[in-house]
Amino acid sequence: MDDALLLAGKRFTSRLLIGTGKYPSFEIMKQCHEASGAQLITVAVRRLDLKAQGEASLLNWIDTSKVTLLPNTALCYTAEDAIRTCRLARELGMSNWVKLEVLGDEKTLFPDVEQTLAAARILVKEGFVVLPYTTDDIIIARKLEDAGCAAVMPLAAPIGSGLGIRNPYTLRLLREAVKVPVIVDAGVGTASDVAIAMELGCDGVLLNTAVAGAREPVRMARAMRLGVEAGREAFLAGRIARRAYGSASSPLDGLLG
Amino acid sequence: MELHVNGERREAAAGSTVVDLLQLLGIRGRVAVERNGVVLRQADLAETRLLEGDVLEVVTFVGGGA
Repeated sequence: MDDALLLAGKRFTSRLLIGTGKYPSFEIMKQCHEASGAQLITVAVRRLDLKAQGEASLLNWIDTSKVTLLPNTALCYTAEDAIRTCRLARELGMSNWVKLEVLGDEKTLFPDVEQTLAAARILVKEGFVVLPYTTDDIIIARKLEDAGCAAVMPLAAPIGSGLGIRNPYTLRLLREAVKVPVIVDAGVGTASDVAIAMELGCDGVLLNTAVAGAREPVRMARAMRLGVEAGREAFLAGRIARRAYGSASSPLDGLLG
Repeated sequence: MELHVNGERREAAAGSTVVDLLQLLGIRGRVAVERNGVVLRQADLAETRLLEGDVLEVVTFVGGGA
């Protein structure tokens, strides 16, 4: 059965997207990426350190023949900065895909959806494949879809918080509200969170800290892969209805007299 | 001439191109360059001549969160 994730016409057999930040080492990051099975990997764009020549390059640790790089605009607070970052990322020559993130609050790291939408409209016109980090607001999600974004990526909880899926009802509504893939971006802490997101019908999950910060990151990366697969299978299988009382699964007929 | 590269003051010979500057700074590998707020195309780096006081941002990919 083919259950691939289609993003901007590109086919991904993994529904897990993973970051490259906060790992104990590049070596462990590479092992995590492999264990996760992720085919989309986010990277940040930053000033080159002019004093640190010949340093280990991140790209030496990512097999770009096997995965799609997704440059992000992490920690941009204006549409203008995010657009600059995307244009620079594209000139780095690996990808015209971008994870658009325009933040509006330093404490919660919640997105500024107004700036995000403004940036998305410009970036789509410039030919970028735009995957925007957003709130779980269905009105904004529809506007992002109308702007031509390839997916919408709502938070489940604040970035890096590990609080899990705090908004199952709105995520479900969001899944119904748009046609583009819905990828939960931010907030998951462990494998069951990922499974819940997938059981709700979300199309994928993007995470970083939950793996990079785990006591055993490689093992958690594997757990996340299994969590995504379990949740997706459960969603496709269709869960039973919830009921208030017990319902025996053994026959009532033929009980001993 | 004096240039501002990633927030630092740097000297380069008058008439230098962006590629000349990158070589002077010992920068190898994959970078992208913004000059005075305009992102330069890779193909133009060898042709773009720098001017006194130019503000340059030289960026690369680094590990980053989701």
